[in-house]
Amino acid sequence: MIHGIDVASMILGGLSAGTVLFIVSVGLSVTMGLMGFVNLAHGAFAMVGGYVIVLAMNRAHLDFAAALALGFVATAALSVVLERTLYRRLYRAGELDQVLFTIGLIFIFIAATTLAAGPDSQTLQLPPALEGQLDLGFTQYRTYSVFLIAAGALIVSGLWLVFERTRLGAQIRATVDNRRMAESLGINVNRLFTITFAFGSGMAALGGGLGAEFLGLDPQYALKYLVYFLIAVSVGGLGSITGVYVASLLIGTLDFVLKLYLPKGGTMFIYALTILLLLWRPQGLFGRRDI
Amino acid sequence: MTDPATPAAAVVVAPPDRPAAGALARRHRWRWFEALPWIAGVAFYFAFPDYLGFGADLLIAILFALSLDLALGYAGIITLGHAAFFGAGAYTVGLLAYHGIWTEPISSLAVAALAAAAIGFASGVVLLRTRGLTLLMLTLCTMALLQEAANMAHDVTGGFDGLPSLPIAPVFGRFDFNPLYADTQYLFSLGVLAACFLVVRRLVYSPFGQSLAGIRENLLRMHAVGAPVQRRLLVCYTISAAIAGIAGGLWAQANAYVNLSALDLDRAATVLIILILGGYGRLYGAFVGAVAYMLLSHFLAEVYPTAWQLGLGIMLVTIALFARNGILGIGEALWRRLRRRRAA
Repeated sequence: MIHGIDVASMILGGLSAGTVLFIVSVGLSVTMGLMGFVNLAHGAFAMVGGYVIVLAMNRAHLDFAAALALGFVATAALSVVLERTLYRRLYRAGELDQVLFTIGLIFIFIAATTLAAGPDSQTLQLPPALEGQLDLGFTQYRTYSVFLIAAGALIVSGLWLVFERTRLGAQIRATVDNRRMAESLGINVNRLFTITFAFGSGMAALGGGLGAEFLGLDPQYALKYLVYFLIAVSVGGLGSITGVYVASLLIGTLDFVLKLYLPKGGTMFIYALTILLLLWRPQGLFGRRDI
Repeated sequence: MTDPATPAAAVVVAPPDRPAAGALARRHRWRWFEALPWIAGVAFYFAFPDYLGFGADLLIAILFALSLDLALGYAGIITLGHAAFFGAGAYTVGLLAYHGIWTEPISSLAVAALAAAAIGFASGVVLLRTRGLTLLMLTLCTMALLQEAANMAHDVTGGFDGLPSLPIAPVFGRFDFNPLYADTQYLFSLGVLAACFLVVRRLVYSPFGQSLAGIRENLLRMHAVGAPVQRRLLVCYTISAAIAGIAGGLWAQANAYVNLSALDLDRAATVLIILILGGYGRLYGAFVGAVAYMLLSHFLAEVYPTAWQLGLGIMLVTIALFARNGILGIGEALWRRLRRRRAA
């Protein structure tokens, strides 16, 4: 079985899984970096978005792009409402309260999803243009995976440009580095946080929809992959776009390869590597030391 | 009652004009309501003979939450991976019994405590240097690592299926663990809980416990006054792990099986919820929280699982936003208001 899969397709498979991980986690990284808020419910936004996207396609027969846009907007809107009404109250609270609050949110989301769409897993029907195989010159691979990798590269470049070249990006970077100083300089940190929170949740929604094809989509989604999202964020370093991207691709590829070679205990190595890395660099690969 | 381990013992006879000193000196004394849980525990045995299995589970949940209270409530170590130690204890008892090495329950629990303490110590040496999100992630990953290891060592641990029908020897060579009628399980759990509670209670009122509270409240200041912060945290974490291991071992004995759910994120989250629901850092939060949670989950979760999840979520959000000290905190606030009104 192993010999049947060549290295190129193994890496492509891993990269596409890593891309989905990145799209979901990037918002979490930035919001955690900005506010130091431990938002365990981030995966729940990915789940809600995934459901909106899949149900919009299956029941309302929207096309893929329109469904993705709808999922992004709907989830971002929901997250703004939650941020304005509930999250806001806990910014100055301890981690314990934040953990408890977001675990509670996860349960509420799981129950609401079960009530709204039933406990069964939803399947994503890919548009015909993204099905089948694509000839890349050196190898044949699934069109959808190649599409995911390309989309991920596009997104990370776009985000990088926003972060490095715009006023908003500079404000975000400044706040991640030193929130008090940024506030003293007149940066409206609350507004900044609302914007990034909404955008990050929208991205998570896209990730939920794009990844539904191989991660599946059921009410337990928010808990099932929580550890992976958190690992991607903490390994990459809080508030670092490139960090999350590299970490996600690494984890995705490692997971994919290990699952082939060691179907039983592959994930163990990811946990062990994460522990070692965090002991060596508690701030993650690309994080600043003094947060 | 003189207590040489308590510094306040020297000023037990505080003059009436120094109420603060008096309150400090009396802090560690037994109060009348501290008998209530134990009276309720014994009464439960006679009142609900058909629910002793559930009762044993409840007692084990209390013990597990109590162990977390020591680490989280007193020392302020915020962990998402406390089930690692519960699972370590459960698997120690399970492996010893399943492979026919050792089935005597009390000494098995001691071995379980040692095994869990060893893991707590080894992980604590490295983990406790970190704080915040990193600490959360490291505890979470340690637990996930143990779970994967238990899953992978299929030949020894039974992997996903776990170890079924463990042969557990009778307690004191006389009282059998009967799977159909759980009276031994219940009374044994009650006894173990009482013993562990005495240890924890003694510990948190000792100077050691006071310094833990100091570390929780102000880490920098404790460093500044020269307290051996790291060592205190490590000792506390190890003891907490040992008690969690006892809870896990007890769980394995009472149910006569072990499986991967002992090491689940679900279990770690549940114990956290129980403790915070009851109120952390106050010894009896574990009792109140476990009773409230287990009753609700036992009677609601089976009939309306979705409604239970929704209700649990709303409850957690409400507690995090409005009632940070849990049920006991609410009770205390009410009591204080009542007394003030009476005094006025």
